[in-house]
Amino acid sequence: MSIGITNINEVPNELAPRNNGMPLDIEFIRNLRVNRSAVERRCVTHGGRRTVKKTHQAAWLLKSISCIDLTTLSGDDTAARVRRLCAKARQPISSDMVDRLGVKSLNLQTGAVCVFHEMVETAVLALKDTGIPVAAVSTGFPAGLTPHRLKVMEIEDSVAAGAEEIDIVISRRHVLSADWGALYKEMQDFRKACGDAHVKAILATGELGTLSNVARASWVCMMAGADFIKTSTGKESVNATLPVTLVMLRAIRDYYDQTGIKIGYKPAGGISKAKDSVAYLSLVKEELGNSWLCPDLFRFGASSLLGDIERQLEHHLTGSYSSGNRHALA
Amino acid sequence: MTVLEAFKSMDYGLAPESDAEALAWIAGRNAKFGHFINGEFTEPRKLFQTCNPATAKVLAQVSAGAKKDVDAAVEAANAAQPSWEAMGGSARSRYLYALARLVQKNSRLLSVLETLDNGKSIRETRDIDIPLVARHFYYHAGWARLLKSEFPGYEAAGVAGQIIPWNFPLLMLAWKVAPALAAGNTVVLKPAEYTPLTSLCFAEICQQAGLPKGVVNIVTGAGDTGALVAGHKKIDKVAFTGSSTVGRIIRQQTAGKGKKLTLELGGKSPFIVFEDADIDGAVEGLVDAIWFNQGQVCCAGSRLLMQESIAEQMLQKIKVRMDKLRVGNPMDKSIDMGAIVDPVQKQRIAELVDVGVKEGAEIYQCAASLPTDGCYYPPTLLSSVEPAMRVAQEEIFGPVLVAMTFRTPAEAVELANNTRYGLAASVWTENINLSLDIAPQVKAGIVWINSTNLFDAAAGFGGYRESGYGREGGREGMFEYLKPSFLKTLTAAKPSKTSAFTKVSAPNSVDRTRKLYVGGKQARPDGGYDRAVLDPSGKTVGQVGEGNRKDIRNAVEAASNAKSWATTTGHARAQILYYIAENLSARASEFAATLKSMTGDSHTKEVDTSIDRLFCYGAWADKFDGAVHQVPIRGVALAMNEPIGVIGIACPNEAPLLSFISLVAPAIALGNRVVALPSQDHPLAATDFYQVLETSDLPGGVLNIVTGDQDLLTKTLSEHAGVDALWHFGSANSAEAVELASIINLKQTWVAGGKARNWFDEAQSEGREFLRHASQVKNIWVPYGE
Repeated sequence: MSIGITNINEVPNELAPRNNGMPLDIEFIRNLRVNRSAVERRCVTHGGRRTVKKTHQAAWLLKSISCIDLTTLSGDDTAARVRRLCAKARQPISSDMVDRLGVKSLNLQTGAVCVFHEMVETAVLALKDTGIPVAAVSTGFPAGLTPHRLKVMEIEDSVAAGAEEIDIVISRRHVLSADWGALYKEMQDFRKACGDAHVKAILATGELGTLSNVARASWVCMMAGADFIKTSTGKESVNATLPVTLVMLRAIRDYYDQTGIKIGYKPAGGISKAKDSVAYLSLVKEELGNSWLCPDLFRFGASSLLGDIERQLEHHLTGSYSSGNRHALA
Repeated sequence: MTVLEAFKSMDYGLAPESDAEALAWIAGRNAKFGHFINGEFTEPRKLFQTCNPATAKVLAQVSAGAKKDVDAAVEAANAAQPSWEAMGGSARSRYLYALARLVQKNSRLLSVLETLDNGKSIRETRDIDIPLVARHFYYHAGWARLLKSEFPGYEAAGVAGQIIPWNFPLLMLAWKVAPALAAGNTVVLKPAEYTPLTSLCFAEICQQAGLPKGVVNIVTGAGDTGALVAGHKKIDKVAFTGSSTVGRIIRQQTAGKGKKLTLELGGKSPFIVFEDADIDGAVEGLVDAIWFNQGQVCCAGSRLLMQESIAEQMLQKIKVRMDKLRVGNPMDKSIDMGAIVDPVQKQRIAELVDVGVKEGAEIYQCAASLPTDGCYYPPTLLSSVEPAMRVAQEEIFGPVLVAMTFRTPAEAVELANNTRYGLAASVWTENINLSLDIAPQVKAGIVWINSTNLFDAAAGFGGYRESGYGREGGREGMFEYLKPSFLKTLTAAKPSKTSAFTKVSAPNSVDRTRKLYVGGKQARPDGGYDRAVLDPSGKTVGQVGEGNRKDIRNAVEAASNAKSWATTTGHARAQILYYIAENLSARASEFAATLKSMTGDSHTKEVDTSIDRLFCYGAWADKFDGAVHQVPIRGVALAMNEPIGVIGIACPNEAPLLSFISLVAPAIALGNRVVALPSQDHPLAATDFYQVLETSDLPGGVLNIVTGDQDLLTKTLSEHAGVDALWHFGSANSAEAVELASIINLKQTWVAGGKARNWFDEAQSEGREFLRHASQVKNIWVPYGE
């Protein structure tokens, strides 16, 4: 497969076509290679190559907020808990801080709220008229080992309940046994079941063994029509990392170069510090460009990140270090 | 800019490191510096400026070292050396440890000072240069402590004169000063005139560490000051890093002076990418290879060799990556590339790029805008470059990558080695078979597999060919500052008696004229003359061929062609050496008689010892192992002892058979090919050896022997660009000529300077010292992890 690289056009994202996938090219998938040491070296030095300070840092942190899929995925979730989360999604930082930062016109809110299927209706209701989409994790999240038929039904039910985004988990065994045809078919079925809802493919990278497998799984999911590729469920022992991110971003870039279609990226799990979020944003900026720095194409799957960002923003405004109890609970 | 605007642009904005502390440090010294001699700063005089290349502003004025300054520094170093060495490695290691700690404590000041003076980014000085400086002092603090047990029989070289470049100012100081001090030397260091400030700051650190006076002396100045240091009579060891041009001048300047010399010179290092490589990884590797330190790196991966099938894709990816590079104020923490060190260098880069474009190269320069003031040159890619173009051969020493393609692994190696240089190489492939096949074939002192520009004190750094000789770092680097203790006990060898050839009178028995031995065959001398071999009373005892220039040419050609000897297994080489010993043993009495006829003494012992020595190197042939260095990566650095290539050996008169064997055997044991010039006075010992060789399975061309006027033949051999090293144990007056002539291809030289070894004493005449001279270390870095 030849990769003809075009200049990255800054087409407005809302006008960009949705990914309809392409035929699976197994030979291409097999030939994908990632050198782990080289990837790690890039990631280790990246933090030293790029930094943002002061006004820019505040702006980048606001950008991070706008890209958060504010998430609760616990067995003890209740309607009230989800409503509290949705309130935070609508008003992620205090109106006082919004005023002092001079960003009222941004109408800052998080990228989405992410919940289990049972909480979708509650969330949809709580976010009515905000434009904030509800994302549902699906397909036997997190292990993805329920019957395929039920997975498809689960997606359909969530979409019917009002979820605009579906975060599916792939069957890791297809990757580990290199059954790319099965993975492709599974992803196609999920995509089809989503209808107009956007589908994020969770690769569970911590369970794929190698970075080369991460690249291969990324490509198969994109070829089968995924709108986003996402690192993790947050439930694996290793979740989002910069090396995994670099590999997935490069796959997205190559896919774009080849098709002109922009796939979104969502690192999830383990990103809880404001500083980490800036490192992710700058890596996306370096590898893909500014047009990816928006909620249409980039999300953080995170629950505690927002709290740290709030404290950092207050520090930016006051020069004093903040504490958690000064900010509203999510 | 408001938060809202910054949100919309998502630019990085400015993130400058503060220069206040560093400027205060300079101001605190009135921005005027003297030399650091005998533990104190001299009065600033004969001042010249050092500037910040990023702003063209003058930072400080430093003193231009004159003869009396260098004399004073060398005097101080000589005075301090005996007690510094005598205090022992344990005590010295504490000083080195203190220096390491103080470098760490002052790391931010040193980083900022370096960036101000050199123009390189604060990211690099902070994350790479200064941490490596501390690492070198720590590492060598360790060697100081272990010196006695790990280097028995060795002592300090003495006073080291060290001349360092401007591209890694403090790091190059550390590479030179740390091993020198560890080994018990004292130093006189001359930093580059563009970048003297961190050296002067280091001088203060030496004071803080309580280093004894005179152990480290720093004289600032330009090339003429450097020449005074290198040429000084009381300097025992010269270490230079810089251009090949100046390296040659220093070799000439020090020729015949009995100084140890290491040269770390230029490069045009290949960056080889095979079609199965992680292309994105390789593209990122290029950023670290050629856009590191503005490309002002001797080992920069400046020649990109891509397999044809991926070339187009890779070039596109490189261009996309280049457009993301940020060039500008090196004090900004979000900068990839800072300023070129001086307008003179920038001019040279621009001129060479122009030449490349005129010769037909396609040029691509990164889209980033450059600052309008200051000295900047953009990251540049020249593609469609052919090996015949100047930009493919000459070191540009700037952020300019030249790209070429290859078809097969064999062609990749051929192109990689198509250069006078041999410093470093990068090999990118996901195939371990391919990478480990290519690494030994590339003529380079350092090979990085799927990586580039990795440095560590534990792994030796240094080149092959015209990239110089000697290693810095690792155990191998310590030997550059040590010498065998017995050397000082050696006395002068007796001068040769025979000088010109004698026309030979009619033979008194069946004529037995020894020919030359070239390519495994006995060959008549080209000139058609013979020379008589005389006994002590002047009576002719035999005749040997009178070799000339053409015979040397033929011998070197035969040696060059016997390449496969280098890849013959050590086990096979050992067997051949044992077989030679066996065949010599069978004719022991005959050899003893020949020796007696020439020298008049009884020589049974010499023949016996010669046989034993062949056994010694048969033993060594499969045992001179390399090492696996512990470098701070997930991976290994394999230090492989590789043969040097073709070695010319001029043998002494003492113990003519034994010395000949003692020199030739280690060379061939390790896979070198040899052109030997036997003892001038007693050559029959070597010529009778032809028949031993002919019955011993030694492949033709591995050992070639040319008799005749040794000084004359040595000269031709020294000047031959196909000879990689020259060992000279001949006459004292030829030693200087050998070192002078070596600049042709910067061949390694090992000269005895007319001193006679005791070839019967194993401590002086066999073992690791000889094997080290017969090999060069290639460090292959292999990061791993799937």
